[in-house]
Amino acid sequence: MFLFGRFNLILKNRLTLFLVYRKIDLRVILTGNERMENNYQKFEQNIANDITIEAKDEMPDAYRKTLIRQIGQHGHSEIVGMLPEGNWITRAPTLKRKAVLLAKVQDEAGHGLYLYSAAETLGADRDDMMEKLINGKMKYSSIFNYPTLTWADVAAIGWLVDGAAIVNQVALCRTSYGPYARAMVRICKEESFHQRQGFEAMMALANGTPEQKQMAQDAVNRYWWPALMMFGPSDEHSPNSAQSLAWKVKRFGNDELRQKFVDNTVPQVLQLGLEVPDPDLKFNEETGHYEFGEIDWHEFNEVIAGRGPCNHERIEARRKAWENGKWVRDAAVVYAKKQQLEANKVA
Amino acid sequence: MEKFEEIKMEDKNNWSLYEVFVRSKQGLSHRHVGSLRAPDDEIALQHARDVYTRRNEGISIWVIRSELIKSSQPDEKAEFFDPSLDKVYRHPTFYHIPDGIEHM
Repeated sequence: MFLFGRFNLILKNRLTLFLVYRKIDLRVILTGNERMENNYQKFEQNIANDITIEAKDEMPDAYRKTLIRQIGQHGHSEIVGMLPEGNWITRAPTLKRKAVLLAKVQDEAGHGLYLYSAAETLGADRDDMMEKLINGKMKYSSIFNYPTLTWADVAAIGWLVDGAAIVNQVALCRTSYGPYARAMVRICKEESFHQRQGFEAMMALANGTPEQKQMAQDAVNRYWWPALMMFGPSDEHSPNSAQSLAWKVKRFGNDELRQKFVDNTVPQVLQLGLEVPDPDLKFNEETGHYEFGEIDWHEFNEVIAGRGPCNHERIEARRKAWENGKWVRDAAVVYAKKQQLEANKVA
Repeated sequence: MEKFEEIKMEDKNNWSLYEVFVRSKQGLSHRHVGSLRAPDDEIALQHARDVYTRRNEGISIWVIRSELIKSSQPDEKAEFFDPSLDKVYRHPTFYHIPDGIEHM
């Protein structure tokens, strides 16, 4: 046994050396193009074996572009998502709610920055993405094109919109691209507070005066369907779904995630003593899932096409923020240069 | 998508890219958490605190301009890490110790 073990190791060493030599041989023979293909083979292998793709690994151009588009849109959604809630910071009903809302909106800014950071590992450029956003050339989640008419809408966003985002983002924690997956893990940890504070604010209204309860119901009526739309078109109508699933950028189809959200959330609505604004909603005892009515895809497409209630306002706000912030960005650079000059003088 | 009058950014990328490393508690090493943009080191440090440690995730932060980091190349991974590949005798399991010998 002892001898056999030794022999085995020697054999293994020989084999390793042999392989190393062969690899070097192969590398000499392969032309540039073949090497490239070889690398994509490695990429496909890694995807198949659930090995995370990291920033500098070889990857097909289409994979890189898909990720830049998705991560960029995701980042923009966080940034634009600050606007409907920011709208209520100065009008929050209590100091506690105001502090909570401030912290939540600050988190959204942080989430946007994690995502821009992940996109930059792919060679995307942060300012370039911002330029595309304010010129209407890059999208963000269409949910943020709906207005926050009452305080209850802010609660509904935390509870329903962030709740839907969590379902989406938990699935993305296992996405095939490492920096994106790690950003998702951070975001999911923080997102849980967002959903809970929203539910709690909603609960306060639902248990309040009849007027407050009505306000809560109105907000659910306004945000229920747009929240379901957040998961995107049905899989058979989603142009990017199949490829993203094959690359494991996405781990679940849009419909599957939407169903999960509905199953999670309907009981919460009922526990609040509120109603789901869907006459077709019913629980299927056999499948254990809620069946729900048809989504208004016309509305969805209109909002995506830029004709939602607040599309113009949202982009305008980002443009203004960019332009009004210019002097601050410039001053910071000039100050940094001045500090550098003075440091050099002393040295 | 609605058409907007196109804004051309003139001041693109005059903030440098920084990599951020956070020590989460005493006794652990700093760990890479992500990157950010900042005009200088001092502001990079403050941004890093605001972006990456909003919930007591850190007690110490390092920031460094990304361009100053030299890294090994993934496509040279095989050759680069070759020297450690065939030296199995560096691992304790290479050595056979008879049963009954303890504390080893």
